[in-house]
Amino acid sequence: MATTVPTRGAHTPPTGGSGAASNGHSKWRTRLWRFDDKASPYAYIAPFFLIFGAFGLYPLLYTGWIALHRVEMTSLNQSEWVGFDNFTRILQDSEFWTAVTNTFVIGVISTVPQLIVALGLAHLLNYKLRASTFWRTVILTPYATSVATAALVFALVFRADGGLLNWVLHFVGFGDTDWASGEWTSKIAISVIVIWRWTGYNALIYLAAMQAVPADLYEAASIDGATRWQQFRKVTIPSLRPTILFTIVISTIGSMQLFGEPLLLEGGTLGSVGGSEHQYETLSIYLFNYGWKLGHLGPAAAVAWAMLVLLLLIALINWIVGRLVRKSATA
Amino acid sequence: MTTTSPIKTAPDFVPAPPAAPAGKRGGRFKLGAGQQLKGGPFTYVALIVVGLGSIFPLYWTLVAASHDQQRVLDSPPPLLPGGRLWSNLQAAWEQAHLGKAIVNSVIVAGCITVATLFFCTLAGYAFAKMRFRGRGALMTAVIATLTIPPQLSVVPLFMMMSDIGWGGKLESVIFPTLVGAFGVFFMRQYLLEALPYELIEAAKVDGASNIRIVWNVVLPAARPAMMVLGMLTFVQAWNDFFWPFLALNQENPTLQVALGQLSASYTPDQSIVMAGALISTLPLLLVFVIFGKQIVGGIMAGAVKG
Repeated sequence: MATTVPTRGAHTPPTGGSGAASNGHSKWRTRLWRFDDKASPYAYIAPFFLIFGAFGLYPLLYTGWIALHRVEMTSLNQSEWVGFDNFTRILQDSEFWTAVTNTFVIGVISTVPQLIVALGLAHLLNYKLRASTFWRTVILTPYATSVATAALVFALVFRADGGLLNWVLHFVGFGDTDWASGEWTSKIAISVIVIWRWTGYNALIYLAAMQAVPADLYEAASIDGATRWQQFRKVTIPSLRPTILFTIVISTIGSMQLFGEPLLLEGGTLGSVGGSEHQYETLSIYLFNYGWKLGHLGPAAAVAWAMLVLLLLIALINWIVGRLVRKSATA
Repeated sequence: MTTTSPIKTAPDFVPAPPAAPAGKRGGRFKLGAGQQLKGGPFTYVALIVVGLGSIFPLYWTLVAASHDQQRVLDSPPPLLPGGRLWSNLQAAWEQAHLGKAIVNSVIVAGCITVATLFFCTLAGYAFAKMRFRGRGALMTAVIATLTIPPQLSVVPLFMMMSDIGWGGKLESVIFPTLVGAFGVFFMRQYLLEALPYELIEAAKVDGASNIRIVWNVVLPAARPAMMVLGMLTFVQAWNDFFWPFLALNQENPTLQVALGQLSASYTPDQSIVMAGALISTLPLLLVFVIFGKQIVGGIMAGAVKG
């Protein structure tokens, strides 16, 4: 992979200007080329950094400034220094802590089953199949569905009266469940939407990683008399460890962002506060409610910073767990 | 202007083999692909179950959109399409200003896709094939931006947008997503393998400037990956919900925003909401039916971890 990048300085200009007359001209050209080679890469990557700087990094820092001020939706140009009042305000709000817990709980019960099912699904797709592309496309269709559409369909499915799920469940002897009102059932409903949308996508990511596992590892394992299940556990899973970690990180970040699902599960005013008892209110809903419904942007910015702290905490936990797992694997 | 591709091979986008942890790449990718044991009956049964689960909610969107609300909320719920699809579609169209919303969605997703393709190909090429100071660190910075959720910056973003006069306008939704880290990474991975140094070298010997090389050599070589990235970007931009919902209003929404507002209205008619959902989903499903293979390949290729 150590191919050197060609530089034009090494080549003579093909204009082939012979004689002294074109000498100055070619020197100028060489200088221009050298500048072209030096500057071009930066020019090509500049758009990304400009856009990210203007609409990503700058607002991120600006959030910190707003969090220390009083800014109202009705008068965006006026701000008043309030110190850490916004932070104490949200930290003393029990609704905030409910949202933190909900985000965490929904994150776990949507991510863990999702990734386990995706792993199994990828394993199945890794077999030699008839119409393999067809199966891959089918399991990916939920990915093409928007959050809004998915949330709205599942809202009907999970409806208390006349909902499809309750109708199916009554055949196995369950009474009507008011899914959206329950502490746990509402979180399960949200998680089902998330799981439905993302399992196929994650399965394809695992499948890509599985296909990169060298075949001789499996050959060696089967020569040693390993069963299929043992091969899956001792060869596939360890080889996939970096990919699994990657999907855990991505899903964790994703679950911090849950917004459309809780907003539209019941819709209307209930959606913007995450249910009558805030039973499925996530941090994004809490931020939206504070900033856009109540119009207090200062506390909303403080919530954003709290989310950043939580993300860093989760990253730390991920890192520690990753290390422990690796240690126990080598031990 | 020579428009013929300098690369005669690779007409179709073949997903580059993901980097194996052991550093084993290339070779007999297809044959060496893990266990190539044949799937048994159980495999097919399981896939059919998962497949039905994946499709059913979409099918039921159609069912619910083709009955009146009374019937949809009845028990037992309908399982077959009814005859009111057209009138529900019309009602949804009128109630939620879907005509304008569709135009807006096309503009937003179209602009974002075109810009993403252009900027990400340029940046991906620079990161894959050009040598410059700070390349590694800058690439790491690009990847790192993927871990920042939009939630962290929406409050000031909203204030900035209204400050520069983009409040409630499509620009406020288009500009922040003009170029994405995933696209840069995706194009880099593809060009690393698909664009041989010899081609760039040959063009340089011919005295081509860098931007000419991009136009005549890089873009033709990148075309298959650009197709895939274009579709992935379009799907994402079309479906984006959080920021557009905060930034746009009822008078000037995208489809997803209009859909959210339709359902958030005073006691919404569920079958009309479902008709709206159907309208917003159908274009993408169509794309999926036609280009499913390429999209699947693209996601698998993009899954490569750096």
